[in-house]
Amino acid sequence: MWKTILRRILIMIPELIVLSILVFLMAKAMPGDPFTGSINPKSNPAEIHRLMAANGLFDPWYVQYWHWVVNLFHGNLGMSYEYQMPVVDLIKQRGMNTLWLAVFTMILTYAIGLPLGIYAGKNEGKWSDTLIRIYTYVTMSIPFFVVLVIGIWIFGYALGWFPTSGSISPSVSGFGPSLLSRLGHIILPGLLGALFGTVNIIQYLRSQVIDSKHSAFVKTEVAKGVPSKAIYRHHIFRNSVLPIAAFAGYSITGLLGGSIFTEMIFSYPGMGQLFLNAVNFRDYTVITTLVLLYGFLNLLGTLISDIVLSIVDPRIRIE
Amino acid sequence: MAYEFSGRDELSDAELLELSKEAESEATPSTIRVMFNEFKADKTAMASAIFIVAFILLVVIGSFFINVPQIMQTDLMGYYAKPFTNYILGGDSSGRPILSQLVVGSRNSILIAIGLTAISSTFGVVYGLVSGYYGGYVDLTMQRVYDFMMIIPMLMTIIVLVTIIPHYNAITLTLLLSIFYWMGTSRLIRSSTLAESQKDYVAASKVSGTSNLKIMFREILPNISSLIIVDTTLSFAENIGVETGLSYLGFGLPDGTPSLGTLIANANDPNNITQYWWTWLPAALEIILLCLAISYVGQVLRRTANASQRRGN
Repeated sequence: MWKTILRRILIMIPELIVLSILVFLMAKAMPGDPFTGSINPKSNPAEIHRLMAANGLFDPWYVQYWHWVVNLFHGNLGMSYEYQMPVVDLIKQRGMNTLWLAVFTMILTYAIGLPLGIYAGKNEGKWSDTLIRIYTYVTMSIPFFVVLVIGIWIFGYALGWFPTSGSISPSVSGFGPSLLSRLGHIILPGLLGALFGTVNIIQYLRSQVIDSKHSAFVKTEVAKGVPSKAIYRHHIFRNSVLPIAAFAGYSITGLLGGSIFTEMIFSYPGMGQLFLNAVNFRDYTVITTLVLLYGFLNLLGTLISDIVLSIVDPRIRIE
Repeated sequence: MAYEFSGRDELSDAELLELSKEAESEATPSTIRVMFNEFKADKTAMASAIFIVAFILLVVIGSFFINVPQIMQTDLMGYYAKPFTNYILGGDSSGRPILSQLVVGSRNSILIAIGLTAISSTFGVVYGLVSGYYGGYVDLTMQRVYDFMMIIPMLMTIIVLVTIIPHYNAITLTLLLSIFYWMGTSRLIRSSTLAESQKDYVAASKVSGTSNLKIMFREILPNISSLIIVDTTLSFAENIGVETGLSYLGFGLPDGTPSLGTLIANANDPNNITQYWWTWLPAALEIILLCLAISYVGQVLRRTANASQRRGN
């Protein structure tokens, strides 16, 4: 198993390098330069030229890339000219909000997906199963952002059950009330996100449970007279639920991608919203850092999933 | 019931006709035939398919009669006009008629989705076929590229690229999106090609000296064609979401070009979302209906591809 994990990590390194080159080239392709906004436009052109030379902007791209990577490793990601603060601090601030929402969505996803998937598999063909399948079919077909818009319209504006913007009410103070207020702000986006996230879990679990229900070892147990509750608890659930853990890593990708829509529609001050603002203000240091960060998180997510899967399912190791 | 030869060398025309009829009835029905039967057995699927085709024709033909620059002009008289007053579906914040925008927007969104599906599916199919058929180092290398594409934060990268590209339009947008949406198809085709290339007919064909290209595209491809049709249908529904989502965020079609996404973006204004619901709700409902219908057809086709789930015969 260690071999598989080591190999998996080794594959990661070239991927990370290619990703960073890509992001670097993308940053270079963007109009303007890192000084846009921070230099006084009235200053002497010769002075600007000297500054750019001092910062290595006339070096060949691979030299510039090298300096960029070295800076990256020193935690020096540059300044955001829109917010006039180091990008690292900015991301720390916004990142907490996004993380908070993502974790909440993930918990809801599993809390909804696990029971529904097992229930559907157990009751295969009954009306409750049909209902669950209609639900997965509908959420799979409709674009996520349309549901977010309709969700905020009905539950946020028309019914007024949930706040429609921000991450915390401005007038709240104290640990307890502010925690509640934060929770109140993420319930609706988290719930809508979870409704979408559950589809894969439900479909996977359902087919998994149905498969093991018809497998030879379960039939043997039934023939031996083991009560069906015990069969479900000891064999079917355990077999079906373990691989689900691996989905957590893969779903990071989906959560991060979806966060751009969620945070825009709910005016939620997280990294997705930060990204959209940065694009609109051409705040390049923020844009490149975020693309790199999200790519790295995707990589980490698949790595964790692959490792979990290889632990849970020995067949993958052999392959 | 096999036809019995009467001992003569020559067959009469009538006999030949009868023979070919018999052969036809005993052969496995063609994919198209099976699909047709499946639709005949499922009335809802038939209705969905007719709805989709009729709708696409309607918006494409209808949009020819609409002068886009003219409807995109500000009209003070139609400012937030209620439905059935100035315009059938009302007007938006600049007094532009919603219905005309809806027709033109649907056409733009659907055509981009069709273009995107055509390009990305073709590429995905070829990529999956080559990767799965050759296996070994070819597959390994191609899968590394696939893995790398998977870790790129897609939506963010597309948004950045859209802002970098100067003077982009519907065609550049479609091409740009195509770079990022072939992976799912390629994965699916690769795994079924892997399974297919283990079969005897491929081995036999190789031994008899058929070229690899011919085996891939003339022999394996027809055998997985039903899978491709299903996948294409489902990606079409998904791709409508891709373009409209991007236009919704403001990084899809440029300003002044209506899209279903830009219409839904009206909902970003708290006033619009509650008071002037007609500015965005019709577009949202249309996307929901269209996507549901398309993926319903996709589900029916999936049943067709999987013989054990068929309803028709």
